Amino acid sequence: MSPKTKIFLYGLLSVLCIPFVFPTWWMITSSFKPNAEIFAPSLWPSDWTVEPWRQVFTMQPFAQQYFNSAYIAVVVTLGTLAVAAMAGYAFARIRFRGQNVLFLVVLTGLLIPSEVTIVPLFRIFNSLGLVDTHWPLILVPMLGPPSVLATFIMRQFFITLPGELEEAARMDGLGRPAIFRRIALPLARPALGAVAIFTFLHSWNLYLEPVVYISSQTKYTLPQALTQFTDAYQGQLWNVQLSAASMTAIPVLIVFVIAQRQFIEGLAHTGLKG
Amino acid sequence: MTVVQDRAVSARSAPTPKPSFWTTRRRDQLTGYVFITPALIGAVAFVFLPLVLVVWYSLHEWNVLADTFTFVGSENYQKLLDDPNVPAVLRATGLFSVGLVVFNLALALLLAVLLNQKLRGTTVFRVLFFSPVVVSLLAWTIVWGFLLQDNGGINGLLNAVAIEGPNWLRSGGTAMASVVIVQVFKNVGLNMVLFLAALQGVPQELYEAARTDGAAPWTIFRRITLPLISPTILLTSIITVVGSLQVFAQISVLTQGGPGTSTTVLVYYLYQQAFQFHAFGYGATLSVLLFLIVLALTVLQWQMRKRWVFHES
Repeated sequence: MSPKTKIFLYGLLSVLCIPFVFPTWWMITSSFKPNAEIFAPSLWPSDWTVEPWRQVFTMQPFAQQYFNSAYIAVVVTLGTLAVAAMAGYAFARIRFRGQNVLFLVVLTGLLIPSEVTIVPLFRIFNSLGLVDTHWPLILVPMLGPPSVLATFIMRQFFITLPGELEEAARMDGLGRPAIFRRIALPLARPALGAVAIFTFLHSWNLYLEPVVYISSQTKYTLPQALTQFTDAYQGQLWNVQLSAASMTAIPVLIVFVIAQRQFIEGLAHTGLKG
Repeated sequence: MTVVQDRAVSARSAPTPKPSFWTTRRRDQLTGYVFITPALIGAVAFVFLPLVLVVWYSLHEWNVLADTFTFVGSENYQKLLDDPNVPAVLRATGLFSVGLVVFNLALALLLAVLLNQKLRGTTVFRVLFFSPVVVSLLAWTIVWGFLLQDNGGINGLLNAVAIEGPNWLRSGGTAMASVVIVQVFKNVGLNMVLFLAALQGVPQELYEAARTDGAAPWTIFRRITLPLISPTILLTSIITVVGSLQVFAQISVLTQGGPGTSTTVLVYYLYQQAFQFHAFGYGATLSVLLFLIVLALTVLQWQMRKRWVFHES
């Protein structure tokens, strides 16, 4: 490759990067701008202020909302890992009657996006008195369509495990649950990691469900809370909103930069199977 | 009686235990059922049951405030056919999906081809292009909403080169394009990585052979690369189309379906009808419509897989 082509390619790649990187940059820098400067086209705040970051916590119970999102995402992720790993393992490695039919039943979940079932699910949760609680945000992703996708991914992984490993374990007198826990699960760490990343982000980004189910401010999750930073006239307080958005985005971005390979391969892999 | 028998057995051959009902095979089967139970309950309770119910509800009118639930037969379906908004909603849904797929796949392929060049530092670019995928969806949407304001960053940039930009999210011509673009940059990294993997799977010998035959780069791309990565193109387009039907947050934050109904996609309309206007029966009917569209796309995918794709690994 000639140096000229190289320079051209680097130039092209850098220009193409702008719409991917600039918004995040703009979000973080603008969150430190005073309201008067918010629309000024300056790449760097000329008058730094942490006031918007403070206002995030005075305008809404933001710490509580942050905790809500975090604990829901953690519970959903751990729950999905357990449900999907067990079912995926059973469908891949254990022979039992009705296996194929039951797998088909579970798999149909891949066909049905959760938006299709939100009306009946709302009625069910309503009659159970679970509207305006976190239960729908935990139960539906943990057991519904996203978990079905996770089950499918785990099954595809467990199918590739060599049977000799299990045979050997059986000779050593291990039962099925022990084989699963001590042999299969440790080997499945890459697949479990991919499922964990995908499930966590799915829960962290969930928006339609919270908007439909949650009405008390203290029970909001982050995506819902982010849209609520307005002044008395429903005008948006951009710098406060962007501070809250930065606080939502930065921790995940940091983890991504540290573990970018796992993130990219994991998410692409799960997307591929979906 | 049993005691006597047991004793007789143990007298004859002491080390052999009595054959248990729980053979290894039976125990295995039981473990299998136990392991799939949570997933199965989930699939039934949160996928199957609601799917049946959504059809059932679409034949009813449910007033959540008066708490009445009355059978109305096909009334909601008649309403669907008569609803003057439905053609506009379907048009917006189709426009969004087609725009998203075309722009997303073209850009993903371009980025993948660029990253597939033998250049130093492509890993860094891969990370940068992928980063919006992990930025919280709402944070991403909000900052783009901020940038696309009438007096926002994009128009500020255009002003600097003496172009007067439109009010992106509030004018009919640009609102849909804006929503599509925001979504493309958010998720194109996923398709890019899939394309990159597909490109790296094309055997180098084919390229060398074509080059020896004097084929031009564009011809090589069209005649060798594209056919060989066609399964990935099909796969990514299906994932992208089905994903595009689920778009909600972006519409809700950026345009609220407007101006007029120009960006009211099906899921947003469903949400408005069911949860803003409390027309749950009609909302259920729209859900059935959404389901039928997803189903049709999936069937189409299987048909195309058989015919169109060059090979299936």
